[in-house]
Amino acid sequence: MTSPTESNRSVLFLGRGQLNQLIRALADDGYQVVGPTIDQAAIVYGEITSADDLPIGWTDVQEPGKYRLQRRDDEACFGYVVGPHSWKKYLFPPVTLVATADRTKTGWQLSTPETEPPRYAFLGVRGCELAAMRIQDKVFLGGPFVDPTYQKRRAAAFIVAVNCTQAAPTCFCTSMNTGPRCSSGFDLALTEVADGFLMEIGSESGNVVAARLNVEPATSAQLESGNAARQQAVDQISKQLDTTDIRDLLMNNLRHPHWEEVANRCLSCTNCTMVCPTCFCSSVNEVPDLTGDHVDRERSWDSCFNIDFSYMNGSPTRNSIHSRYRQWMTHKLATWHDQFGSSGCVGCGRCITWCPVGIDLTQEVAAIRSSQNNPSVEGAVNSSHDNEGVS
Amino acid sequence: MKPAATAHPHNPWLAHAVRISRMAAATPGVFICDLVFQDSAVAEEYTFAPGQFNMLYLPGLGEIAISISSDPDQRDCISHTIREAGNVTRALGELPVGSALGLRGPFGSSWPTENCIGRDVVLVAGGIGLAPLRPAICHLLAHRERYGELNLIIGAREPSGLLYTTEFDAWRADGLNVHVTVDRANSDWHGAIGMVTNVLDRLWLRQPENTLMLTCGPEVMMWYAVQMAIRRGLSPESLYVSLERNMNCAIGLCGHCQFGPQFLCKDGPIFRYDRVASILKVDDL
Repeated sequence: MTSPTESNRSVLFLGRGQLNQLIRALADDGYQVVGPTIDQAAIVYGEITSADDLPIGWTDVQEPGKYRLQRRDDEACFGYVVGPHSWKKYLFPPVTLVATADRTKTGWQLSTPETEPPRYAFLGVRGCELAAMRIQDKVFLGGPFVDPTYQKRRAAAFIVAVNCTQAAPTCFCTSMNTGPRCSSGFDLALTEVADGFLMEIGSESGNVVAARLNVEPATSAQLESGNAARQQAVDQISKQLDTTDIRDLLMNNLRHPHWEEVANRCLSCTNCTMVCPTCFCSSVNEVPDLTGDHVDRERSWDSCFNIDFSYMNGSPTRNSIHSRYRQWMTHKLATWHDQFGSSGCVGCGRCITWCPVGIDLTQEVAAIRSSQNNPSVEGAVNSSHDNEGVS
Repeated sequence: MKPAATAHPHNPWLAHAVRISRMAAATPGVFICDLVFQDSAVAEEYTFAPGQFNMLYLPGLGEIAISISSDPDQRDCISHTIREAGNVTRALGELPVGSALGLRGPFGSSWPTENCIGRDVVLVAGGIGLAPLRPAICHLLAHRERYGELNLIIGAREPSGLLYTTEFDAWRADGLNVHVTVDRANSDWHGAIGMVTNVLDRLWLRQPENTLMLTCGPEVMMWYAVQMAIRRGLSPESLYVSLERNMNCAIGLCGHCQFGPQFLCKDGPIFRYDRVASILKVDDL
């Protein structure tokens, strides 16, 4: 796939009534279209058969530890930010069959499933979510071993991005350079304006689909309102994470007293890792049938906040909440750089919104950073212990 | 939307069918399990480097990471020295010869045998930590002429906890100085008593600056062995440790075995000491 630059990308206009055409075209191509829909009082991702399934006229109100749906005063289809779901549930499913074992007369027949992956068309992928996919590509496809499930699903997926036109107080994508603008990594990208959608083409597959829709070149007035709508999202972003030297800041402060302070609030509930679009920890479990002659090896999402996650030789390595919170945050913001060449955080704010006690990682980083700038704070100079013994 | 992937030829989740060819009690709670591949083509293709590990799989019970303890040049079977620690190792220990199980591997980094060429080498093993060092010992002795002085310091809690004792004489005959010490002796014990660091403290090192140390054992033992080696004049870049964490997938995808920036399954289990020195003594990392 090539990513045309913004300047040479011709922008089309899709009328509001034609959105169903796009959904139908994708379905006709054999894609299972998934997109935002309202379920259990949240905007989540699910199967979409028409534009009527979208959260038309609804928005989300988010704060640390708080998420509410609210009526909008218009009929916007994508007038919300992000909910608890991310697209990883389709590319890296919560439960996957990775291998099977069947008892034979002489031993075990060991196999891996060779099923055709579902072909998903994702409708409504935000800029931060495109970044999350790029990050998970590195995790599952960039190492010495490739995850077959992710690889097949990712290769088959069609991506319709939708630019944000508003931001939540929990958003900080501008700090992570991941958004809000969708600039690459999509087949089609939409920007919702009053009477329809501006449409950019990001790939040849996107081009083929767009050619079958009743679209016309966008007028300069439409382009102008698209710019204004996207700028509104930028202007609304209030949260910031100072990422300057963040890897060394955190790794030089592994013994900082602030970890214990966070641990006094953290419930170790795993919510932040479940809603995070990049968290990839998992465990494989044995699922035998009643006879024990057939065994499924099922991989399920796991979390570094679960105490058993680090269990070894009779006890967990990370027995305390402070060590588990430290593992999560230092992995996400620091060691991810060593492992995958980027931050593991895209600034979507889900971990802040869905934390039951409203822990805000940007504030926790700021607390450690400010103690560095203020040597009177206890623990600020403890990084000197890190080389103890190497004399 | 087709990200480039470095394709690995095999599905990494596919286990090979193996059969137990020999079971032997080693020390209390530790047994040796030799495995042969069912498929001769797989057996032909399978090679490992000293220090690497396999995932052994008992369907319905689970998978465990076990270091390989056989000679890498031995082609007829793969040997694992296993301590009964959990439900999989206990069940494995009770299986009769001929039983079928699964194996994925080999995985992980290996001992720096290339770097040992032309240098003196000290191997320091604590308890079952000798198991992943045994392939390195076999390799060093098979190519004895490439290396300088070779010393092996073995520590165990008690004389009964010493592994591979019947091989010590052959190792000595092949040019490896074997030093054995135990924490607690019994009346039959005529050897040294004390920690491996005591032996290392008194070991004659003809050229510390040109000596490598490979160590495997409890983390605290390796830590003190490293400190002693540095005090004896070895450089932190010449020290190698074998670390252990919970392993689940062995292919760098599940997150369990992270140790700071390292995934122990693919970046480790063997690390040059200076690459992990800053995080080795951080509690609960």
